[in-house]
Amino acid sequence: MHVAHLSLADFRSYARAEVSLDPGVTAFVGPNGQGKTNLVEAVGYLATLGSHRVAADAPLVRLGAERAVVRGSVVQDGRSTLIELEINPGRANRARINRSSNVRPRDVLGLLRTVLFAPEDLALVKGDPGERRRFLDELLTARTPRLAGVRQDYERVLKQRNALLRTAAMARRAGGGRADLSTLDVWDGHLARAGAELTAFRLQLVAALQPLVEKAYEQLAPGGGPTALEYRSSVEGPVPASREEAYEALGAALAASRRQEVERGVTLVGPHRDDLLLKLGPLPAKGYASHGESWSYALALRLASYELLRADGGEPVLVLDDVFAELDSRRRDRLAELVAPGEQVLVTAAVGEDVPRALAGARFAVADGDVRRVTGG
Amino acid sequence: MYEGVVQDLIDELGRLPGVGPKSAQRIAFHILQADPVDVRRLAHALQQVKEKVRFCAVCGNVAEAELCRVCQDPRRDPALICVVEEPKDVVAIERTREFRGRYHVLGGAISPIEGVGPDDLRIRELLGRLADGTVTELILATDPNLEGEATATYLARLCKPMGLKVTRLASGLPVGGDLEYADEVTLGRAFEGRRLLDV
Repeated sequence: MHVAHLSLADFRSYARAEVSLDPGVTAFVGPNGQGKTNLVEAVGYLATLGSHRVAADAPLVRLGAERAVVRGSVVQDGRSTLIELEINPGRANRARINRSSNVRPRDVLGLLRTVLFAPEDLALVKGDPGERRRFLDELLTARTPRLAGVRQDYERVLKQRNALLRTAAMARRAGGGRADLSTLDVWDGHLARAGAELTAFRLQLVAALQPLVEKAYEQLAPGGGPTALEYRSSVEGPVPASREEAYEALGAALAASRRQEVERGVTLVGPHRDDLLLKLGPLPAKGYASHGESWSYALALRLASYELLRADGGEPVLVLDDVFAELDSRRRDRLAELVAPGEQVLVTAAVGEDVPRALAGARFAVADGDVRRVTGG
Repeated sequence: MYEGVVQDLIDELGRLPGVGPKSAQRIAFHILQADPVDVRRLAHALQQVKEKVRFCAVCGNVAEAELCRVCQDPRRDPALICVVEEPKDVVAIERTREFRGRYHVLGGAISPIEGVGPDDLRIRELLGRLADGTVTELILATDPNLEGEATATYLARLCKPMGLKVTRLASGLPVGGDLEYADEVTLGRAFEGRRLLDV
């Protein structure tokens, strides 16, 4: 698939912007702070209903404006779909698909799929477990939009359960009085059900990613591997083979850690405490891999996501946001070769020399909120 | 800001649920321009509702006497109790004219975030009503969201050992709608709750 046209109103630094795009490579070049990343961020928003830079919607709306509008026409297999999103911070966002407003924003998920490479990706390898959980969950949602609901359910049960544990812990500390934990069993049941579904899907995903990461790493850094992915569950014991087994295991783990949880006032087991261990050779990449190796690993994870989504049907749009400046020339050229055949590749760079030669294509100059086609297309 | 009394009225109206500052202002000026008789009737209704309306001693529904209309009605089946969160849910179910039993209004749902536990709901009163064995079926009609489901599960666990039939309202497709417009969760629930067709 590819984005044929992108139109912004009051999005970030843009009062208005109209950008026509072609399949193949397009580079947005301009000094920092001129609005290059805002363009690809808008493309990402159409795909995921979220930004890779901020958690809340408010910063996406131009200062002084009430709402932002992002429009994109997406072409897949010769058919064009117009996606329109109205971003209303503090209120419900609105969506239209092909001018029909009888849709919810989340119906938009799946119409456009993107894989984003960004400087922040290094945190996938070097950062906290939360970064890797988000990587897995975002990929899950891209493949199966329904799981966005499961994630939401899990977060909500977790909040309720933690609130209950916290008040219980406070009551204990305040005077040894026994707190009311009669509803804890109920929350355990709901947490185990949503948690087991999430865990089962994550395990499936890790198994599917493993050979693709291995292959991508070998292409980026020949002979540098082998790599291995290992899902580290906060629930001890054998890896559950099904959702039912995961449900039983998580239920048992909650029961076993209950005393400790009541003491500390927080939920200690469940998918929100799991991690994805990235191994390079016999050692974990985090703490052992060099800066360059860590970059190769992060890129391999993204490339593997791309392969996985492509295999599902509907080739995703590749977005490389300011990523080449971070890489040494060898990795830069390898990555460029690997992504160049993509149906559509959007690249941002501060200076033209940062864009590898393999990625020649259309080029836009971005300066002071103005986007102008310079060459190609 | 307006002169004293007008601003007071706007402030009071703005405190109502679902009324923002703009709406409060619009309502206040509507009242200012309205016929004095109409305004007096509104004021009277507001006063009456606080003076006369109480909560039913048995089920917790709104009532004008010791008992609400449903609990007073001898034709209602005392063997069936439908548990709901709020009095407005009673009205919703009454509109169906399908249910001939009685109600029990909990006054909310279990939600630790908002500090609502079982003791803050009328659960002890419910257990009291179940004690003498008249009730044979308990229908749990709490909202189909996380808190409502948790409350239903909690009540089911509490009441099952008492030997009565505990049921939960079905979740599924809206009648008269199109299958294609149903969201995945609702459609998934409808699949789980599918039943044999008797033909």
